[in-house]
Order: sequence, then structure tokens, then C-alpha cells
Amino acid sequence: MAQITFVTSDNDSITLEGTSGSVMSLAVGHGVKGIDGDCGGVCSCATCHVFVAPGDLEKTGPASEIETDMLELDDNANEFSRLCCQIEISDAIDGIVLTVAK
Amino acid sequence: MSATESNGGRCVVIGASHAGVNFAFALRKEGWEGEIQLFDADPMRPYHRPPLSKAYLAGTDKIEKNLLKAEESYEREKIDLHLGIKVAAIKPGERTIQLDDGRRVAYDKLVLATGARPLLPPIVGIEACSRVSVLRTASDVEHIRNKVKEQVSSRVVIIGGGYIGLETASSLSKMGASVVVLEREERILARVTAPFMSDYFQRLHAAHGVSVLTSKNVVSIGSSRECGIVICDDGSQYPAELVIVGVGIQVNQELAEQAGLIVENGIRVDGRAQTSDPAIYAIGDCTNHFNLHYQRFVRLESVQNAVDQAKVAAAAIAGKQPVYDALPWFWSDQFDTKLQIAGLSAGYNRILTRIEHAHCFSVWYFKDDTLLAVDAVNHAKSYVVGTKLLKDKQKVDVARLTDRNIDLKVANLILE
Ligand SMILES: Cc1cc2nc3c(=O)[nH]c(=O)nc-3n(C[C@H](O)[C@H](O)[C@H](O)COP(=O)(O)OP(=O)(O)OC[C@H]3O[C@@H](n4cnc5c(N)ncnc54)[C@H](O)[C@@H]3O)c2cc1C
Ligand code: FES
Repeated sequence: MAQITFVTSDNDSITLEGTSGSVMSLAVGHGVKGIDGDCGGVCSCATCHVFVAPGDLEKTGPASEIETDMLELDDNANEFSRLCCQIEISDAIDGIVLTVAK
Repeated sequence: MSATESNGGRCVVIGASHAGVNFAFALRKEGWEGEIQLFDADPMRPYHRPPLSKAYLAGTDKIEKNLLKAEESYEREKIDLHLGIKVAAIKPGERTIQLDDGRRVAYDKLVLATGARPLLPPIVGIEACSRVSVLRTASDVEHIRNKVKEQVSSRVVIIGGGYIGLETASSLSKMGASVVVLEREERILARVTAPFMSDYFQRLHAAHGVSVLTSKNVVSIGSSRECGIVICDDGSQYPAELVIVGVGIQVNQELAEQAGLIVENGIRVDGRAQTSDPAIYAIGDCTNHFNLHYQRFVRLESVQNAVDQAKVAAAAIAGKQPVYDALPWFWSDQFDTKLQIAGLSAGYNRILTRIEHAHCFSVWYFKDDTLLAVDAVNHAKSYVVGTKLLKDKQKVDVARLTDRNIDLKVANLILE
């Protein structure tokens, strides 16, 4: 079980609980604004871009190679960027805070 | 039902899939305060189609795990979703649509997002054989999954070696079925990629035990008590418990035709996704638009086009002046191979390949010295760099592009 907080571009903060699946699915399942997940979660569309709170990067780990490449499609990407369809929900990421990219 | 004229009136959408659903949410985001009524003949909550031939087919998830939007999101955004209801006709003169139960619904703006359906080629016996299935909807997948699980070692014949056919072959072989793909052309993916790519995917499938046979023109399907029998014009016969037809689609354009809209290989729309009737827009697989990047009319079958055109139509209906000018992109996942495509390769006269290693390479399509498209196999970097070069219409330094010692970066590839 993990609690994940999403901060959207209207500065809404939503905390959701999940046990399995990807963070993108959790967000889409609860209608978190700004996370579209157009490709259904296969790292093909880059519409699930989030910034991991600096202190939480240790929990999520960094972006994989393909993710890093895909993130280059967004000029605003930085070292805290992840495509959240590539973050699996588990106890290990409990408490993380993600800011949804615009 | 009659149209309420308050704050934008009523926007009716026919088709609640990638295009229709994304449109509805985009229209709200644009500030439309009127009603949004979405109709779809499919009784299931709107779901993602691409996984149907990929991970979803091979997995055990229920469709609820694969929804385009959360159920509550429709309520929150006041989008009325009417599922399991087929629209029978459009009456543009009176601005109403007619449902197949006879009810009429008035509209101020109408959006056609009717997509496409699988094409059934004229093969003798195709309609009579109970073992034949297509793959477009969640219920098609339900049926295919059950059939494959019912039998310990099912034999599946897939007619058509396009993306959907090959993805389905990959998923079903992962599930333990023994799969034969029959392709009429001399190579698979013949219409969409270069021979180099066809060869690669042919070998990929062979390595996983899928038998992909080309120059196989299926002429009839018979059946015995135990199985169906797919027969080709060279006399060869392939018995199968399940036959899946994946030879392409047919646009759902009949409503538009009957309404007198201009239809030519899809519903003709302009750069704002408007049809020849100013109150009616069309988006997604059912449309044919003039593509600014390629300067010709195209009909696309992709999530990209459905989503991007949906946003354009929403902006246009909200009174803005958007122009549809998105670069087409697409992907396909087969076994552990990820193919990503930027642009449209049709019309190429020159191909370059950049090989990182055996399972990681990209094919670059040019017309003379203009880059048209990139196919990237297990190499997202090529896809991203290709996308940027295409969007900026950059001339590419081809010598550097194919030199593996030169870092694949936009700055390194621009021809001075
Ligand atoms: C198996 C499969 C795999 C795919 N893989 C990929 C991929 O990897 N990448 C990619 O980009 N694209 C892929 N595609 C294509 C992609 O799914 C389509 O481009 C996309 O679904 C188009 O969306 P759409 O809303 O325009 O049309 P559709 O998804 O076809 O939806 C149209 C909807 O309209 C409804 N409808 C039609 N007529 C009526 C009527 N008269 N009354 C009521 N409802 C009606 C239908 O029921 C349907 O739900 C795939 C498609 C399939 C089938
Ligand atoms: S959902 Fe498409 S990249 Fe994450």
C-alpha cells in the first residue's frame, strides 16, 4: 500500500492510495488533471510526465533510458522528471509527492 | 429531448472512444458551459484500443483497468455518456440526430467520432464460419481470450500481416497458442514500412515460433466439426480452432454520407476539424484531412490523430481559430520489441538505416533530401530526434546520421 500525492497545475493537491499497477493508472483512474496516459502506459506518448519531489527521487529511482529519451520531447523536463506509467506502485514509494507537468 | 440554448447550447458527440472522449474533456477545458452528450453503440465504458492486441490481450486484466477516463470524471465534468446506443441517422436540416430506438436528440454542434470497423474481405465462407473473429472491441478480445484458453494448444490463423495482425500473433503465442500468420503480399507490413523492417519483424516472429507466411492469398474458409480450415489460392490449407481477420479497416462514414457531408476516403474535414456542414465536426479515424506537414490529404488510424484532432475541434467549437498541424506518430509492441514511428513514410525514394546493434536500430525515410519519417526499433532516441527534425523541417546531414560514432543529437545532424 502506498499513498501518493499529486500536485496539479491548478495547485490542487490530491492524495491517492494504491497497491499495485502503475502510478499513471492510479492517477487516470481518479481523474488527476494533466495526466492523460494516451498510450495506455507503454512509454510511447509522454503524456504522463511528472516531477518527483527532490527528496523522493530515492524512492522512485531515476528514469530509465527509454524514459529519459522520451522525456526529451518536453523542453521542461529535468532531472526530477519521470513518465509515471513507468513507476510501479509498491510500499517502497509510500508518501511520494509528484507535481504534474503542464 | 430538445436543445437548451444556454451557454453554448448542446454539443452531441457520436462515438465515445479515443477521439470522442478526449474531445468531450477538451471541450470542457475550453470553457464550454453547455451540455455535452456522448453516444456510443459499445456498451462498455470507453477504453484504450491499442492494448487490445498487445498487453491487454495476453494478460488477465478486466477492461476496468484499461479505461480512457475514470468513471467519476464524466460526472465531475458533466459529460453525459450514453452507452449501448446506436445513432441511426443525422438530420442536418433540423439539427437533430436519430437514435436507433427512434428517439431524436437536438444539437447545436455535432461531432462525428465514429471511427472505423474491421474490414471483412470477400473470402468465401468468412461470414458462415463460427471460428472467425475480428479484433477491434473489448468484447472481441474477451471472445478471443476465452477461445484460446478453452483449448490447451489452440491453433490460430491470423489473416493479415499488418500491425494488428502481428501484435495479435505475438500476444497469442505468449499465451501458448500456435500461430500462423497469412499475408497476401510478398512481405509483411508491406504498405507501411521498408523491406528492412519487414525482414526484421519476420525474423522476430520466427524466433518466437510464429510462422509468418507471405504471398498467401486466402480464398476460402471452410470448417469441419473440430476446426476451421483456411484455404489459400495456391491450394495450401491451414486448420485452426480460431481464425482472426486483420486486413484493415473500413471507415464508419455512412451517417455522414446519408447526411450529405463531403466524404472521400473518410469524412472530409478542414484544419479546424469542421465538415462541409458548419455545425458538424469530425475527428479521429473517420476523417480525411489535408495534412499541412505533408501537403496532401490523409486518413490516419492512430491515437495521436484522434487525440490531437479532438483538441482542435474543441478549440474551434469554443470559438478559437486552431489549425491542425500535428506530426503523425504511432507505435507497435511485439514480443519485447518496441517500434516507434514519427511521420508518414509514404512516397519515400530513399532509405537510410542507423544500426546501434542487432535489436536496436532506426530506418529513416527520405523523399530526395527531405526527411519524411523515422521507424525506431528499441531506440526511443531515434524516435525523439526524428520527431524534432521533422517538426522543424530540418535538412539532415545523412553522412553523420548513419555514422554510429556520432552522437544521435539534433545539433549533430543539421545540415549547415
Ligand atoms: C487492436 C488495435 C490496436 C491498435 N494499436 C494502435 C497503436 O499501437 N497505436 C495507435 O496509435 N493506434 C492504434 N490503434 C488505432 C487506434 O485505436 C485508433 O486510431 C483509435 O481508436 C481511433 O479512435 P476513434 O475514436 O477515432 O475511433 P474508434 O476507436 O474506432 O471509435 C469509434 C467509436 O464510435 C462508435 N460508433 C460508430 N458508429 C456509431 C453509431 N452510429 N452510433 C453510436 N456509436 C457509434 C463505435 O462503437 C466506437 O466506439 C489500434 C487499433 C486496434 C483496433
Ligand atoms: S502513458 Fe504514455 S508514456 Fe506514460
